[in-house]
This record gives sequence, structure tokens and C-alpha cells, in this order.
Amino acid sequence: MADISLDSVGLNFGPYRALHNLSFEVPQGQFVALVGPTGCGKSSVLHLVAGLLKPSAGAVYIGGRALDAINRDAVYMFQQDALLPWKTSIENVMLGPILRGTPKAQAARDAQSWLERVGLRGLSERYPSQLSGGQRKRVAMAQALINRLPILLMDESFSALDVQTRALMEDKLLELWQELGATVLFVTHDLEEAIAMADRVLLFTAGPGAGLKGDYPVSLPRPRNVAEARFIPGFAGIYETVWRHLKAEVMATYAR
Amino acid sequence: MPDKKRALVRLLQAGLLVVFVGAWEIASRLGWLDPFFFSQPSAFGVRALRWLTEPGFLLGGRSIYHHLLVTMEEMSGGFILGVLLGVAVGFMLGRSHFWSAVFNPYIQVLNALPRLVLAPIFVLLLGIDQRSKIALAFSLVFFIVFFNAYRGVRDVDRHIVDNARMLGASKAQLARHVLLPSAMTWILSSLHTSVGFALVGAVVGEYLAAAQGIGWVISQAQGNFDAAGVYAGMLILCVVVVIVEFGVTWLERRLIRWKEINEPLVA
Repeated sequence: MADISLDSVGLNFGPYRALHNLSFEVPQGQFVALVGPTGCGKSSVLHLVAGLLKPSAGAVYIGGRALDAINRDAVYMFQQDALLPWKTSIENVMLGPILRGTPKAQAARDAQSWLERVGLRGLSERYPSQLSGGQRKRVAMAQALINRLPILLMDESFSALDVQTRALMEDKLLELWQELGATVLFVTHDLEEAIAMADRVLLFTAGPGAGLKGDYPVSLPRPRNVAEARFIPGFAGIYETVWRHLKAEVMATYAR
Repeated sequence: MPDKKRALVRLLQAGLLVVFVGAWEIASRLGWLDPFFFSQPSAFGVRALRWLTEPGFLLGGRSIYHHLLVTMEEMSGGFILGVLLGVAVGFMLGRSHFWSAVFNPYIQVLNALPRLVLAPIFVLLLGIDQRSKIALAFSLVFFIVFFNAYRGVRDVDRHIVDNARMLGASKAQLARHVLLPSAMTWILSSLHTSVGFALVGAVVGEYLAAAQGIGWVISQAQGNFDAAGVYAGMLILCVVVVIVEFGVTWLERRLIRWKEINEPLVA
């Protein structure tokens, strides 16, 4: 059981009210994209589900149990580089299994196969500083997915990449997600990326005191190719609906 | 750098030395520089060579090697103690916002104090033997290493810490896999500075009150208005510093292969 449920969650940073009365549920295995204007607290939602932040009001439930520490069922791919610079690619990928007590030899074998799956064969002894931005993201993806945890949290993980690399990474992620069956919360500012990848798009209102503006199912067929998803009939309709609502919130942000 | 350019750099480096020493020698021979104050490269070079090669050339009844050994012992004693304690305390305070807030004003005061003024106290407290010099070297090294270790622990990237925690790191695992390696870059780059300060502590301590060591040799020469002796002592110290510096660089290269070296923080 790894469904995620937020029950009237509020989050304050000192006097600043970031989130207010936010509730939603995500069933196991669903790929959910979180979109909204900048500063609306999308990343805070991921931090709450990760257990890195505690809600000021309400509660986060994972598989029916209230979360009160680090979420052991989740991995988190950050927007920024979060690889350990003093470890090689393979040592980075091995880290999760090692920390959770897997014997070293087995972790190394497993990590090697994950590096190959994300297309980094032969780069296992490189340090992050010796890799390109796209290669580092691949290592980060392998580092996260090797743990086979039921929840994957992604915070604009691909936003720093060039368009082609990004499309490749998105397709790779969808392929691996379908294989692993994880629940994914995917924060992005790119609506096209959101609809092309997700089963469902959650739109947040502008902060402060952000909440849900809309909840849109994306019933496009799978498997999808992210770069070509926009040509699927039905894509444009969803895009237009969400965009209209998103635009209103973006305007609201600038109006302040 | 291409080999050709590297060779040129080495050539110019050697050239600068030759020009500088040559100008010094000529200026003193022509009487532009008073050899009484500035000596002559040929004079103190020969003096240093005689110290090192003539078994009968004794200073205070002991060979130059004895004095060098004494100074090196003081330097390494102060250095090792300072590094160990600096790393330990820096790590502890870096981990605890509460205790670092409590100790902060006292550390600032101690750091602002020019620690060479402690030298007379160490002499009164510990006598004129090696212990007072080790204490002085320690007091200089400790703060440099402490601040760098502290900064290294504090400066660790928030996202790297969060990432490791999400991947399942316990507190001890976090210290081992994230905080120590992060602090290590800072600590190692501070060693260049602190090894130099350890030598300063030892030599200044000897200069003030001692019966042996290179600092004492220099102070004796000064007392006899023997400029060549002063410069010869300095020359030997320079050679020692260069050798130690190579050692630290070697250590650094081995321990942090993964990155360009941070600029050290000088306290």
C-alpha cells in the first residue's frame, strides 16, 4: 500500500502561509503532475510527502498511516544536482542499497546494471564533476530507481536539460516507471511535459495560502512517446482547459 | 598546460631566482647594499653549506641537524595536535547550532587575539623547553583548522543532505558519507596554511626563549651581529617549508581526487 493522501494540510514558514487546507489523494501506481505558478508551493508538497517538512496543520498519510518522520517508502529527485561529488557514478548509485544494508558486492552488481539501463555503460568510475548535466541526471535517476521504492518524487528534475536530452530522459523515465509500478509525483512548470507524461494533472493556485485549483484526468493511451504525445487526439483539449485555468493563476501572481 | 609552456614557466621561475640572487650579490659587492645588514648570498650560502656538511661546525655545542630536528619536532607536535583537536571541535560545533551559538563569542575573541602574545605565557607556564613551542604552534594551527572544519560541515549542500536522508542515511551514515567528505576538502586545503603557521609558532617560540632549535640559532646569530648566520637560518627554513608543502600537496591529491581544490579560509 503506497497511496498518498493529504488531509487539509496547511504549511507555514514563520508568518508566511505557503499552503492552506490542501487535500488530495493519489492511488498506488498513478503518475501525477503538479503544475502551478512559481512560488505556489508545489515543491513544498513534495517535501511534505518526503517527510522533509512537517505540515503546520492537517496530516499526510502514506498507505493509511500518518507520516511523522522521513518517508522510508519514497525517493526524491531534486531539481538541483544532489549527487555526492566525492563518490563516483557507481558509488552514488550504490548508496541507497548500501545505506539500507545490502552487501557491497550485490549493490555494486545492481548499480552496474542500473547504470547500463540509463545508458551510462563505461562511465561508472567517473566523478560527477567529470559528467555532463544530462549524464548527471541519469546517474540521479539510477540512484533513485535502484531502490525500487513505491513512491518517486520529482521536482522539475529535467528542467535544466536541453530539449533533446530532456525528451530522452522523459521517455526513459516513463519506460522505467511502467516497469516498476511506482507512484510518481512530478512537479513541473511545463504543461506540455505534464500532460504528455502524467495520468492526472493537479493545478495549484497562486500563493500565499496555495491550494488546489483543478484536478484533470489525462486519459491518453499508453505507452506514450513524450515528444509525440501532443499529436494524440485529445491532448489539445486537455491542454487548452488546463492552460486557461493556469493562465488565470499566473496573472494573479503577477497582479500582486 | 602544453609541455612547451610548462617548460617556459620553469625556465622563467629559475631565471627570476638567478636574477634576484645575482642582483643581491652584485649590489652587496659594489657596496649598494650594506653587507652588515643584508649579508651576501655567497656568504650565507657558504655558511649554510658549512653547517650542513662540516661535522665540526657546532652551534651551542650541537650540530645544525640537531637544531633542525628540534624545530621539526615542535612544528609537527603543534601541527598534529592542532589538526586533531581543530577537526574534532569544528565537527562538533558544525553539527550543533545550539553549541556553536553558545561558544561563538568566545571563539571570535580567541581568534581575534594575536596569538603570538601568548608566547610569553606559554614560556612561563611550560618552561623554555619544547613544550612551550608546541603549545604556541598548536594555538596557531588549531583555529585555522577549526574554522575550516566548521565551515566544511556547515557548507555542505542542503540538497545532498536531503538526498542522502531520503536514500536512507541514519545520522551516523550521514556523518560518514556526506559531512566528513565535505569537510575534508576544507580541512585539507587549510593544511597548507596551518603547516606554515606551525613552523612560525615553533621558530618564534625558540626565538623568544630557548636553548636549541633553528629559531634559537637565528636569534644567536642576530645577537652576534652575524647577518650571514641569520640569512643562513632563514634559507634552511625555506627549504624545509618547500619540502613540507610538497608533502601536503601530495596528501591532498590523494585524498580529494574528485574535485578542484577549494581556496582555503585563512583565520
